[in-house]
Amino acid sequence: MDEKTVTVQDTNPMDTETLEVNFGPQHPSTHGVFRMNIVLDGETIVSVKPVMGYLHRNHEQIAENLTYAAVMPYTDRLDYFNSMANNFGYALAVEKLARIEVPERAQYIRVIMAELTRLVNHVSVIGFLLNDLGAFFTPVLYAFREREKILDIFEAISGSRMMCNYFRFGGVKRDVSDADLEQIRKIVQKFPAFLDEFEALLTKNEILCMRCQNVGVLPPDLAVNASITGPVLRASGVNYDIRKVDRYSIYERFSFRIPLGDKGDVYDRYYVRILEMRESVKILEQALKGIRPGEFIHPKSTSFLKLPRNFKPPVGEAYGRVESPKGELGYYLVSDGTPQPWRYHVRSPSLINLTVLEDLCVGHKVADAIIILGSIDIILGELDR
Amino acid sequence: MNISEIKSKIESALPGVSVKIVSQSLLVEKPGNLTRVVRYLKDSPEFRMDYLASVTGADYLDYLESVYHLYSMAKKTGPIVLRVRVRRDEPKIPSLARIYRGAEFQEREAYDLFGILYENHPDLRRLFLWEGFEGFPLRKDYLQEDSEILEAEDIQWLEEHGIPIPEDIRKQAHELKQQGLRALAQKPTKESGV
Repeated sequence: MDEKTVTVQDTNPMDTETLEVNFGPQHPSTHGVFRMNIVLDGETIVSVKPVMGYLHRNHEQIAENLTYAAVMPYTDRLDYFNSMANNFGYALAVEKLARIEVPERAQYIRVIMAELTRLVNHVSVIGFLLNDLGAFFTPVLYAFREREKILDIFEAISGSRMMCNYFRFGGVKRDVSDADLEQIRKIVQKFPAFLDEFEALLTKNEILCMRCQNVGVLPPDLAVNASITGPVLRASGVNYDIRKVDRYSIYERFSFRIPLGDKGDVYDRYYVRILEMRESVKILEQALKGIRPGEFIHPKSTSFLKLPRNFKPPVGEAYGRVESPKGELGYYLVSDGTPQPWRYHVRSPSLINLTVLEDLCVGHKVADAIIILGSIDIILGELDR
Repeated sequence: MNISEIKSKIESALPGVSVKIVSQSLLVEKPGNLTRVVRYLKDSPEFRMDYLASVTGADYLDYLESVYHLYSMAKKTGPIVLRVRVRRDEPKIPSLARIYRGAEFQEREAYDLFGILYENHPDLRRLFLWEGFEGFPLRKDYLQEDSEILEAEDIQWLEEHGIPIPEDIRKQAHELKQQGLRALAQKPTKESGV
């Protein structure tokens, strides 16, 4: 061998250039107008910087310029998949601030609506996660078939499918008829069979397992430190559910369990959501059994609903939080005794759960970043506010 | 544990730190002491406040405030609400992002909308608004741009694109630009009382 041959030793294996890729804001996998600034080394992710604000409308300032009652429809637009859960949190915060009581039937209706919302959210999120994995729109259509049934209920009860604007301080906007309850019973009865069907397609699917297991592992101590909440936290094995911890509304009356993951990877986040839906069905069954005729709104609060400018909570502050399907949804309100809130702040789980996006993605391939983002479950209306 | 017990425990454990009870929350009187108080609440086995639920700002005209809601995931207790007050012209508060990762985005948000400077934050940039945005929109003295206002630049743009503009508006715009003002034809509002 006289001619000079190029050997592997001549080229430095680390001598590669990194490539900066912008995912979004118009990328279909970002679930809206969200941008990930990803630095790639080959196919491997070196760093991720989330860039947000494309849907920012200063929700908090809008609310500070309105009366308390007029903010309610704006909360629908935060997490537009779960308007009932947003209403719930805001109603709780104002009730805490103004010390308003809620009659029993209204509490039952609220819990039923909140749990139906959880079903809607989790089933669609799983559908979209599978979309991100490449199972293009088949799981989403299965999910949306069930979602439509629940949205029909929302339409019958509140008048709107997605922007429900259904909760009021001290109760709900209008009563639920027996026919509606019967319809909900039917849906709840059939839901476990649907979940079995959905799981038969997905849970032991080889592609799903290979793509999701050991991807995007979130250790529990980092999850707690980074204020992660909701199914993402519980998939890492931390037992923290505000329905159990705060026992707000009437959640202490129902027996249900908190599903926990043990690894904290994308697969656990998927499976925790499936199990949470099964627990939600249990809560719904008990609530539908327990609901009795009665008032759907406190008689005192009907007066200030007609005259919202007369509703002046006492000077003070309140922090109301609920377990929304995405995590801890908190509302921080400061009243100065006028009809408008002096300070209104939304603690949005979508934003804060993104804190760990970089930790989850670094070291994985670029295709994994998309499913990791899908498994965190963000919604831009709430993230950007 | 009620709020005055928490106060006395903090003050006895951390000499030199004084806290005041303000509407069921603890006001840390010197902003510089915040990290010490938070570290104590996080590490002491009595409190174990390992979860920082919410960080936000508020504008009370005389001062700016930063409010923290702490919970314990280990003991399932809380909240302990901490607050810090700073002068509007020098809004500097130590950042908690190195103690709680969860504060990172929330402090960036409060900086973005209130202009509170969190010292030692790893990456204090605007979160929602774009680079170069002027002002802090959630401060109570922030003047909101009105969509009814026609700006001098808008008129220039319209003219360049061959869109006819009434002569009086063009004249006004030119005059205002000479004076160094930006907008014209402001719609009367209730606040301005025009």
